[in-house]
Order: sequence, then C-alpha cells, then structure tokens
Amino acid sequence: MLDVRGLKKVYESSGRRIEAVRDLTFTVEAGELVCLVGPSGCGKTTLLKCVGGLLAPTAGQVALAGRTVAGPPPGMAFVFQEYGRSLFPWMRVGRNVELPLKQKGLGKDRRRELVADALESVGLADAAGAYPWQLSGGMQQRVAIARALAYEPEVLLMDEPFAAVDAQTRADLEDLVRRLWRERGITVLFVTHDIDEAVYLGERVIVLSASPTVVQEQLKVDLPAERDQLHTRVAPRFAELRTHVYAQIQAAKRGTAAMVDRAGEGTSKGA
Amino acid sequence: MKGANAALGAAGLAAFLALGEAVPRLGLVKEEYFPPAGRIAGALGDELADSAFWTALGSTLTGWALGLALAVSAGIVAGVVLSVVPRLRRATASTIEFLRPIPSVALIPLAVLLYGTELRSVLLLVVYASFWQVLIQVLYGVQDVDPVAEETARSYGLGTWARIRYVLWPTALPYVMTGVRLAAAVALILAVTAELVIGAPGLGARIAVTQASQAVPEMYALIVVAGLLGLLIDVGARSVERRALAWHQSVRGEVAV
Amino acid sequence: MRGLLVRLLYALGLPAVLVAVWWVASEGSTDVYRPPLRTILTAFPDVWTADRWRGDVLPSVLRLLAGYALAAGAGIALGTLIGSHRRVRAVCEPVLEFLRAVPPPVLVPVIMLFAGIGDTMKIMVIACGCVWPVLLNTVEGVRAVDPVAAETARSYGITGAARLRDVVLPSAGPQIFAGLRQALSIGIILMVISEMFAASNGLGFTIVQFQRGFAIPGMWTGILLLGLLGFVLSLLFQLAERRVLGWYHGLRATTRRSP
Repeated sequence: MLDVRGLKKVYESSGRRIEAVRDLTFTVEAGELVCLVGPSGCGKTTLLKCVGGLLAPTAGQVALAGRTVAGPPPGMAFVFQEYGRSLFPWMRVGRNVELPLKQKGLGKDRRRELVADALESVGLADAAGAYPWQLSGGMQQRVAIARALAYEPEVLLMDEPFAAVDAQTRADLEDLVRRLWRERGITVLFVTHDIDEAVYLGERVIVLSASPTVVQEQLKVDLPAERDQLHTRVAPRFAELRTHVYAQIQAAKRGTAAMVDRAGEGTSKGA
Repeated sequence: MKGANAALGAAGLAAFLALGEAVPRLGLVKEEYFPPAGRIAGALGDELADSAFWTALGSTLTGWALGLALAVSAGIVAGVVLSVVPRLRRATASTIEFLRPIPSVALIPLAVLLYGTELRSVLLLVVYASFWQVLIQVLYGVQDVDPVAEETARSYGLGTWARIRYVLWPTALPYVMTGVRLAAAVALILAVTAELVIGAPGLGARIAVTQASQAVPEMYALIVVAGLLGLLIDVGARSVERRALAWHQSVRGEVAV
Repeated sequence: MRGLLVRLLYALGLPAVLVAVWWVASEGSTDVYRPPLRTILTAFPDVWTADRWRGDVLPSVLRLLAGYALAAGAGIALGTLIGSHRRVRAVCEPVLEFLRAVPPPVLVPVIMLFAGIGDTMKIMVIACGCVWPVLLNTVEGVRAVDPVAAETARSYGITGAARLRDVVLPSAGPQIFAGLRQALSIGIILMVISEMFAASNGLGFTIVQFQRGFAIPGMWTGILLLGLLGFVLSLLFQLAERRVLGWYHGLRATTRRSP
C-alpha cells in the first residue's frame, strides 16, 4: 500500500546543512496499523510530512498504491498534533469537516451524509454547529479525526495526535483510533514518541534511530486484536514488548552519542 | 535571507524611482502634473538649501512633538485613573465611545475662529486626535492585567499606589507604547492637515503655497519630505515599542481590532 | 430589571451631566464664538433642512463610501497578491511603507492637479488615502497565515480560489479589519478637508462657509453633525465587524479565560 524507499531529507538554511532523515525504507500493508516511534527530535514529523507529500524528499521516494507521491495525494488524510491550529477557527465544526469534501467535488447530499457519519463515529454528532474553540482539546482532536474520516482516505497519517491532551482523554482517543481502524479497515501510519502508546495501538512498531534517522528495528506486536486499556496494559506480553522497544530506543540514543563522538574526531564514517 | 530581502527592497525602490522618471518622460502623464523624479530631486535639493524650509520643518515638528507629548501624558493619566476606579470606568465608557470617533477635522472651523493660524490651532487638532489613541490602548492594557498577579499583589498587602507601580503599569506598558506609536502617526497627519487647511506655519502651509503658485516639482519635493518624516517617526516609534515589548512578546500575538 | 436600570444610568449619566453643564455654562453667553447650546440646538433644524441633507450631506457621504469601497477592494486584492508571494513582498515593502507614511492630506493638492476639483478628485483623494492601511494590513495578515492551517489546507487538496476564500482571507480577517478601521477615520478626515479645499457642496464646504460668513451657530451645528456622522459610521463599522469576526472575538475570549 505505502512504500517508502531510501528516503532522505536534508534541510539547508543560511549555510547550515541539517540531515534530518538519512535513509529510511519501510512498507505499510493495506489495512495495517503501524506505529512509528523514536526518540524526541528524531525527524518523525519530517518523515511523515515527506510521506504525506507536504515536503519533497532530498532523495528516495514514497509510493502510495504504486504511484509516486509528489504532492499531497487525494488518498491520504493528515491528522496534525496542533488540533487548535489545524481546525479553522472561523468555521463551525460541520463546515470544517465538509470543506475538503467540497474540494473533492462531491455533491451536497453525499457531503452531508459523510459529515454526519464521521461526526457520529467520533461521538460528536451534536457538535456540528459549534465552533472548534468552544470544544475541549480532546473533542477538537476528535473533530480533526472526523474530518480525516469523512475524506475517505486509503491511508490515514497521524502526527503525534494526542501529545497535547491529558492522560484520560488520551486513553479514550487511543481506543477511538483502534475502533475506527477495525471498523473501517483503513491503513493507519501513526507517529508517536510514547512507547506505551505505540505498543498499545500498533499491529507493528517501527523503531527509529536518533537523527539523522534510520530504521532501528521493526517489531510485530502479537497482542490480541481486541485490546482495552485495563487488561492489555497489564498483560505480561505488553510489558515485554514495551521493555524491548524501550531498550531499542535507549540504544538508538547511545548510537547517536557514539556517532557524534566519532564525528568529533573527524572520522565520520557513519553508524 | 535578510540581505536578499534588503536587496530586493532596494531593487523595488530603484524601480519605483525609475518609473517616476520614465512615466512623465514618455508622456504617459503630463510633466506639469507629475514631473520626472530627477526634477523632484532637484527641487528637493533647492528646498534643503532654503532656510525657510528648515523653519517650516521646525514648526511642523514643534506642533507634532508638543501635541503628542500633551496627548500622551493626558491619555496615560486619564487611562490609569479610569482603570483604578472601576465605577469611573463604567460611567465614562459611553462618553468615550461617543467622543472617540468624532473626526478631529470637525474642529477645524472652531480652531480657525478661536486661534487663527497660531500654534494653538495645530495643538487643538493634534491633541484631540491622538489623545484617544493613547487612552484606548491604556484601557486595553489595564484590562489585560493578570487577575492572579493582581490577587497576589493584594494578598501581600500592596497598596493602590504600589499595585499601579508594580503590577498595572508593567502590564500596560507595551500597550501604552503601541498607543504612542499610533498617536505619533495620527499627530503628524493632523499637524500637516492643520497647516495645509488653516495655514498655520509649517510643511503643510508650504505645500499649500507651492500648490497655489503652481510650483509643482517643489510641491512633490515637500510631499516626499513629509513621507520621509512619517517613515522616520514610524521606524523610531516601532523600535521604542519593540524594546518595551521585549519582555512579554507572547501576550501581544493578537491583533488589536 | 434593576441591573438594566443601573446599566442605563451608567451609560447615560455622564453624557447627560456634560450636556447639562454645557447648557448651563453657555446660557446667556454673549461670546459670539461660543453661543448658548440652546441657540445651537434651535438652529439645527433650520440649518439642516431636507435640501441641505440632499444637497450637502448625501453627496459627502456618497463620495466617502465610494472612495472607501474603492480603497477596500483595491487594498485587499493587492494586499493578498503581494502577501502571498515572498519575493513580490520583499520588492514592494519599502515603497509601500514610504507611501503609507506620507500624511494622506497632502494628497489633496496632488490629486487636484490630475482630477480638477470635481467629485472624481474627492473620491480619488479618499481612495488613495485609505488604501495604504488596508493594503499593508492585508499583506501582513496574509503573510501570517498559520503554518499548520496552511499545511492542513494543502494536505486536503484545498488550493486556488477555495484556499483564498476559506483559509487565507478569513485567517487574515482580523488584520484586514484593523486596517479597514484605520482607513475609515482617514476617509472621514479626507472627505472633510477635500471639501474644505475646493468644493461647491458637501459637509466640509458648508461648515467652512458658515465659519467664513460668521454664521457661528450654523458652524456649531455643522460640527455636531460631523461628530454624529463619525459616531454613526463607527457604529456601523463595529456592527459589520462583530458579524464577520464573531469567531475571532469568541476565540480570543476563550483563550483569555484558559491560557
């Protein structure tokens, strides 16, 4: 479904050259829920923006269903971390969800149907007439998810969507994502810095190294498909998986430290 | 980045000047209406050599500075007094809302009758127009005082004067500076207007004379001077404002509508 | 009920006191320049007859509205164009800053050269003076569109006219309105002084005629009327702004409550 091959992104600004992503290769199968996790500042957002066609990669390519991504493709929907800024404060919730559909050229009846259905499935059927800023943070992120759902994407990209909400809301939203994924069979690529979240949500976890980013490890999450906050999180297998990912990330951080040392000695051969 | 922008800006200015030279030369507009930029520059040079020009510039600046100083001090005092006494603030709200939008040019005939072409004519218009700019910003600023800070100050037993000094004033200061910047621009507009329409001595009056005597290049030269003066005042006020604002940029992300 | 009464008292108390003070202090005044308020008020209906409203007030207001509308349209259109292109902005900015800094009243003699002393001149003066705050504020507002909002629009394929209508302009709305408000006060100034300079009708013209003819009570009524006009226009502007920017005021109130 989603093919990322040899992805590299280098920022150049005022003479400084920052290699955010070095060489990333991974695939996401159709209908899979994959979590990308890595130490903070490891270029996760950069990576996701390249995948979503918002940034042009320096090298390598991203392909969605066999077609190279060279700009935001119609089959992808993006959920941003900053829900307050990603929802347009000058439009009511219903209009926010509807706007991308209008742009798709859908008819009025179809649009209304999709908006109602999407808001219903995130549990905000009554909120269509409210302004986003009248809602709580968690509800705003639900609206953003509803907007993505109504867009009927093949792939849903989520960039640390729950980093700015409180812990309880976060648990609810995680269950929401699991439920929507199972009900609708969409492909989800979920970026997070939270190891527990990655293991709890994902069918597969891709651990990234520190910047410049490469894939540190890929891990199949063999927890049952039916998960809930109470039991899954205390399951022994969950603990094993999260410990493993944690160790990997610590190793990733050390790997960078070692690399920096070597670069300091002027023998930068890479990791 | 910054250097590239400055170069582009300089190119824009050069293009603007070239256009100002070419358009009349090519006969797109009549030269007697819009002389080429070169001739305006020449006239500007003559003006700069003329002591009467410097006197006029001095008069304009005097009217502007005096009026602005009066308006700013009156605006700050009135604003602080009104906000310290909430009842007074409530009682004056409707009056302020009514008086503020009254265009100060409405006072021109009155100024002419009362003071003729004296400096006081200019001051009347300048002070009336700029006073509201300062007052409104002071009131906005005081509204912005963090209730937690205010309560903290009260709980430590700070008196009215100490609260004004340590809580209210520092919060309001950036707003006051915005008010001063807006007032400075408005004051220049009104000073020039008063000179232009009433004939009080200054740049405006000089422009009126060049217009009456059909000295078109000189008129444009004086307008350029007025523009440069406005630019200088704006840049100066902005840099002062930035300095006062530096400590709490975050508060001022929003637009004062 | 009692709350309403108190509010009414607060709103009308001071104005009533001020008018009363003016009335009493000016009563029996023999100063030609400061006639009693009673005289001014009784003169008002005699001076501002239906003919005067039609022949002076209406033309003034129409010219103001025409010039203002021109300035708003041109300012927003050009501002959006300049604000959306970084290079264009860098090229234009110094020139625009200079043009804005020119005190607008000096435009009157310039535009008189080109357009004579007719309605065209006055409308042009108003338009040329009002356009700068609108233009520069639009540039600033369009430039400052939130990067997350812009990326959201891009990722959902919202481009072209829809992006302009649904994302860029609403987002720049608060800035644009700040510019429109500055432009309104400049517009009124220019309306009055363009008529004081050269006109055969209009509010500014009439007031100056009264002053030159020493018809002092008439002049005072003119000043009152101008003040009233400024107040009414600002009220209408506020109503329009509340409608268009309702979301912005709500958003600000929310963020202020819970920082």
